[in-house]
Amino acid sequence: MDPKRFDLTGRVALVTGASSGFGEHFTRVLAAAGARVVAGARREDRLHKLVDEITASGGEALAVAMDVTDAASVAAAFAAAEAKFGTVDLLVNNAGVAAPGTLHKTAEADWDWVVDTNLKGVWLVAAEAARRMLAARRGGAIVNIASVLGMATSRGHGVYSATKAGVIQLTKHMALELAGKNIRVNAICPGYFKTEMNDEYFDSAAGQAYIAATPGGRLGRMEEMDGPLLLLASDAGSFINGALLPVDGGHLVMSI
Amino acid sequence: MATKLFDLGGRIALIAGASRGIGEAIARLLAEQGAHVIVTSRKLDGCQRVVDEIRAAGHSAEAMACHIGEMEQIEAAFARVRATHGRLDILVNNAAANPYFGHVVDTDLPAFQKTLDVNIRGYFYMSASAIKLMRDGGGGAIVNVGSVNGITPGPLQGIYSISKAAIISMTKTFAKECAGENIRVNALLPGLTRTKFAGALFTNEDVHREIMAGIPMGRHAEPGEMAGAVLYLVSDAASYTTGICLTVDGGLTI
Repeated sequence: MDPKRFDLTGRVALVTGASSGFGEHFTRVLAAAGARVVAGARREDRLHKLVDEITASGGEALAVAMDVTDAASVAAAFAAAEAKFGTVDLLVNNAGVAAPGTLHKTAEADWDWVVDTNLKGVWLVAAEAARRMLAARRGGAIVNIASVLGMATSRGHGVYSATKAGVIQLTKHMALELAGKNIRVNAICPGYFKTEMNDEYFDSAAGQAYIAATPGGRLGRMEEMDGPLLLLASDAGSFINGALLPVDGGHLVMSI
Repeated sequence: MATKLFDLGGRIALIAGASRGIGEAIARLLAEQGAHVIVTSRKLDGCQRVVDEIRAAGHSAEAMACHIGEMEQIEAAFARVRATHGRLDILVNNAAANPYFGHVVDTDLPAFQKTLDVNIRGYFYMSASAIKLMRDGGGGAIVNVGSVNGITPGPLQGIYSISKAAIISMTKTFAKECAGENIRVNALLPGLTRTKFAGALFTNEDVHREIMAGIPMGRHAEPGEMAGAVLYLVSDAASYTTGICLTVDGGLTI
């Protein structure tokens, strides 16, 4: 048994939405596990600190400007990554946004923004990554960041949930279509973690009471995503394909 | 960092059904990661072989006979773990029975009973006994090795599939009721894996063809490919993961 099975030395990883929250964290985790990392975000200037930090600690990193809703921007980002490090063989499709509100009151512009980013964006980036992995005749791994809201419901989060359910189906279909090419496609479904997206609610009395009532009784900590990510990204997960990995402190086993 | 995240130094782990196949691969990996592993199965000599090899590699293990279809053997095993170690941190329920292979309607009563005694009653009381020990130590992790057959019935494996569906519910139920006690309960659902246990699925050509046609990755798994996922679930890497059923099936259930 290879003790280095969770190691990512020699791999080239690209993370979308890397300028904050999960994406920034994932980029650090992958670099620490040995991968050369490409951090993508709309605003490249917000990535330099992260890249410098990784470089300073002995890793290799590159910042790329990348709007996941724009096919040309996605292609340019992958081209830059490939020129610097070679073919990206590990993609973490993380960029996502939310526009809370009941569905019947959701503005069309909000719908388009969330669907374009969370669903179309995930597809554009995954498809670009897959085409390049296929062209290079090498396998790879794609990890899509879905959500427990792709599997369950929560009042006022309809648009977000719909896109995350879409990401789950996209994950399964891409896994099906690429399995014979040695490309694995899986999804992590995080439960409630404290991120910049939801800070305010979880700090409120209502938010605190809600979290106390979940089986785990607390929010997830960022570093509790490290293991799930490394499992799906590395050879430790060599037969895991098309799978959904919830990381939710048992939230999904709660009763209605 | 990755090394520390999956480190099991100082943990006591009981692996049921560990004399060969998937259980053996799990026992070896958990031992390599620093756990003291208690290798159990019905027959002691099979366990001893695995233990000898783990020790020869410089890791820590002991052998213990335990037929999880027999209640008194479960009780005796946990009494011994308590007496020897005073605690238990990890349980991997992997000792399953699949005595019947054929049309579900023709399942005979002894095969039906044996399947339920081992796969449901055995897993249940192994979990309950383990949790009583884990509580004293402030927490723990259980992995139930189920099967993708618990989601989609496997060909000619009716009662086995039914019992594996029960393991999915058992996993969620224990996870829910024990989350507040810092005990995590998850399931691994392997797809087709090359083991002696799954022998009939390889030797029966029609069944083998049917299963292989449904695996997008176009191959079966080796036992070692299950061990990484179990290591994730029992280690601190999964500290916020409970109640999940993780398929490791090459895409079979997509």
